[in-house]
Amino acid sequence: MQQALAKGEISSVELTQATLESIKKSDLGLHAFLHVASEQALQTARQADADRAQKVDKPLLGLPIAIKDVLSVEGMPCTCGSKILEGYIPPFTGTAVKKLQEAGAIIIGKTNTDEFAMGSSTENSAYGRTNNPWDVTRVPGGSSGGSAAAVAAGLVPVALGTDTGGSVRQPAAFCGVTGLKTTYGRVSRYGLVAFGSSLDTIGAFGRNAKDVAAVFSVMAGHDPLDATSANAAVPEIKFDQRDLRGLKVGVPREYFIKGMQVEVEEKTRAAIEQLKALGAEIREVSLPHTEYAVPVYYIIAPAEASANLARYDGIRYGPRVDANTLWDVYFKTRGRKFGAEVERRIMIGTYALSAGYYDAFYGQAQKARTLLTRDFERAFMDVDMLACPTTPSTAFVAGAHENDPLAMYLEDVFTLPANLAGVPGISFPVGFDNDNLPIGMQLIGQQFREDLLLRAVDVYQQSTDWHTKTPASLDMENQ
Amino acid sequence: MSLTHQEVEHIAKLARLELTDEQKARYRGQLSAILDYVAKLQELDTADVPPTAGGSVLQMPLRKDEPRPSLSAEELLANAAQKQDNQFKIPPVFE
Repeated sequence: MQQALAKGEISSVELTQATLESIKKSDLGLHAFLHVASEQALQTARQADADRAQKVDKPLLGLPIAIKDVLSVEGMPCTCGSKILEGYIPPFTGTAVKKLQEAGAIIIGKTNTDEFAMGSSTENSAYGRTNNPWDVTRVPGGSSGGSAAAVAAGLVPVALGTDTGGSVRQPAAFCGVTGLKTTYGRVSRYGLVAFGSSLDTIGAFGRNAKDVAAVFSVMAGHDPLDATSANAAVPEIKFDQRDLRGLKVGVPREYFIKGMQVEVEEKTRAAIEQLKALGAEIREVSLPHTEYAVPVYYIIAPAEASANLARYDGIRYGPRVDANTLWDVYFKTRGRKFGAEVERRIMIGTYALSAGYYDAFYGQAQKARTLLTRDFERAFMDVDMLACPTTPSTAFVAGAHENDPLAMYLEDVFTLPANLAGVPGISFPVGFDNDNLPIGMQLIGQQFREDLLLRAVDVYQQSTDWHTKTPASLDMENQ
Repeated sequence: MSLTHQEVEHIAKLARLELTDEQKARYRGQLSAILDYVAKLQELDTADVPPTAGGSVLQMPLRKDEPRPSLSAEELLANAAQKQDNQFKIPPVFE
């Protein structure tokens, strides 16, 4: 698409109009978008065409991109999928999005998410769920389900998501696209609405590793506006490899568990064989504390969320439920505007941090987190990256975990450890199950080695065509 | 571990959440199940393990504390439910 733009085969305005048209047509059945910024997008597209006529060289000039609705873009609503931010319009643009704009990208709109990114299905959005383009009775995964579905359905070539416990990688797997979770601190979070501050990362979706890398390269880097942004060099990623000779890939035995879907294990093992055929050396490794990742995460993330979400009180932004006392304004606004999953997590976090329970819950989780991090450090002394399934099963039917939040938490069992250790991960399609639902495999790398992950996936994608498959509904539309 | 009705009310009060009786009953069961599950951590011996508080191995660089331009009061107040005289308006804090 970038090439077609560069050659002048299509103008940015034409491409943007086509994008807006296809969203209007297809998004009724998907509900990937919460807000479509038609006017702003066309205005930016006109500027992009003018820039191109002036031979201005920008890496993403004219490229349409969708943004998960937890990232602030000046002048566009930012709901975080919550009623408590209904009508809120940020007065500023976050750094990651600003960098994309400066690189010439066109922000098409904001995509659906589980409320405050809490969930694994996008069903927790207060504005209705997003459907999976491969089977609309199923969820797209979450919490960045809107972005994953928008890319899978071909509505946009790339989209931003955020990953606190798997919220880029799991929907990428469920929707059959490539999704990168970046290293903690790699991409500035200035302008990202905070959920779990020691875990939150911004990532990207695309149809392949090269598209994801184009977005990643623009977003990454130090930002003085984010105190947790790392001052690490961002390497230029060269896609000049044809094989994986010299690469050592570890296969963690704890990531192949009883009860996982048979086809997921088969296709993951087959993809690992393919990495081997491409020259990678495969070694079995062990991450012995993996079984503690879910309990550690579901103490630490809710604890941080309970503190971060204390700011929603009906005073400075969002709707207010009127009452006679300040106490009742807080109590009623929060009680009526937060959804069930957000309330549950705020309560778990409040409990885990409360007097008398802090050491047993939060303190113990922080120590266990150290053990999980050491598992990765030890593994990375022997191998360059790890290969494992992204999820235990393919996309589930909407409503499957409706009254069982714990069952939903267990969906994240393979993705949470990377967030706890702050390392990057990437999910990419490696096949389909018997219901023709996509299966994703995950590569997990060392901190700040997104380049190795993206290059490895690119080599895999040169030799396979899983990433080129599109949902049947889409094929019909294109005929 | 099972939370009592009173504990659920206490947590909701700490978190400033108004809940209906039906919600309290439902959350009591769900939160108890979650706490039961995360109690699995108690089986780990962490006596000699330091806690991890953050996500990065790198030193977070500090920036100089210098005055910089910021958003105007008008822009910052634009999203407020109620405002008056260029300030947020709230009900009385004290009776």
